[in-house]
Amino acid sequence: MTWTSWGISKSPWLYHVSTGSCNNCDIEIVDCLTPKFDVERFGGKLVGSPRHADVLMATGAMTRKSKPRFERVLEAAAKPYIVAAVGACACSKGIFHDAYNCVGPVRKVTKEVDEEIMVVNIPGCPPRPEAIIEGLVNGLQKLKEVHQ
Amino acid sequence: MVGRLVFDFFVFPGLFFTLGVGILASWVVRKVSALVQWRVGPPLLQPAYDIAKLFGKENIIPRGSTEWGFLIVPLLGPIGLLLASIILVKANYLATAFIGDIIVVLYLLILPALAVVLGGMSSGNPLSSLGANRELRLIAAYELPLLLAVTTAIVKTGGGLSLATFSSQWVAASFSGTFAFIASLLCIQAELGFIPFDIPEAETEIMGGPLIEYSGPLLGLFKISHLMALLVLPLFLITVFLGGFGTGWEALWGAIKYVLVLVVIILIKNTNPRLRSDQALKFFWYGAAPLALIALVMAVVGNLIGIAWL
Repeated sequence: MTWTSWGISKSPWLYHVSTGSCNNCDIEIVDCLTPKFDVERFGGKLVGSPRHADVLMATGAMTRKSKPRFERVLEAAAKPYIVAAVGACACSKGIFHDAYNCVGPVRKVTKEVDEEIMVVNIPGCPPRPEAIIEGLVNGLQKLKEVHQ
Repeated sequence: MVGRLVFDFFVFPGLFFTLGVGILASWVVRKVSALVQWRVGPPLLQPAYDIAKLFGKENIIPRGSTEWGFLIVPLLGPIGLLLASIILVKANYLATAFIGDIIVVLYLLILPALAVVLGGMSSGNPLSSLGANRELRLIAAYELPLLLAVTTAIVKTGGGLSLATFSSQWVAASFSGTFAFIASLLCIQAELGFIPFDIPEAETEIMGGPLIEYSGPLLGLFKISHLMALLVLPLFLITVFLGGFGTGWEALWGAIKYVLVLVVIILIKNTNPRLRSDQALKFFWYGAAPLALIALVMAVVGNLIGIAWL
């Protein structure tokens, strides 16, 4: 566990990237901030710029149009960070499996940019807020174990 | 002598103390905001975790930025507030004030805002220069009522320009003092960049404004400057208007005053929507500035005919 991975697990700042989602997962991410779930208990908060982000929350099946934008966000974010693929489409393309216009899933695109980027898959259509928070906590735990 | 100076700058009124109280104050801000919204809120050391994390992250210098400016400017805010904090705390505790220190403090308090403007301009991002533009407009808006209010306090205390003369009497215990205190409280709200005056940082429209390109340690320096401002600005208000912090057991009463001012600021933050840039300008120039001007006139008239409560 390094200083940075410890810090990130204590205060994960979330940046929300839509890679062609239907808006359902996006709303569930916002649900995490509401009084009932309150992700700020773990130090998390939504930030406006990828430069500030520790966790990039990608939602959607990665359309052809959104792929170059997503790659630029990956380059802009300050390392180290983890990517959370939120929802069935982001994890495995979901019902868009054979669609001609989707080049996803998220893990495939991050591998093209950098093999080292850690991706947490949070399945569900949409995933419940509890599932998103659990996925984040597990992902940050994993990050601490990887950076020994 | 040198040891004393080092102690002053790095331990008691200086870095360690200011940062420690700032971290607690920032936690109070987030916790009270969470309670107002029926949430649980972050753990006690959350602001410290945030800063520790930022100092471990990658530092990106964006292409198209003016590099040296981009790197040096974040230091301005913490340095200015550190000096202001040392002067204020020393004037309260040790009564080691010098004539004109209130003017020095007023100048030092502009430094963090200027750092945000310069940082936004030098990062070469359209959104951040837009944010810097808004910050400049906000400075032009709130400086006038703040200076008028402080002038009222100077008139009330008999024209002494030293902070030690303020901390021995309650300026706010008169009509003009109360008006000036209200006007300056609103200016402090804008200086801290809290809602309703968080126009430069507006996260929902310009994504963090001037700080958009900053990452890692440099962003951490801006956060530190904000933490320090949470101590220094309310302390400035208390020293000038509310009879100072006091020494010995009175310091407890001073701490209560500090927390009360902080909570009032937080409650204003949590019960208001963000103003537009022009609305904020109108609010300060047509609302707060005339209030402070009336207070100034009342203070002068009260001094001339010798009515203490006016």
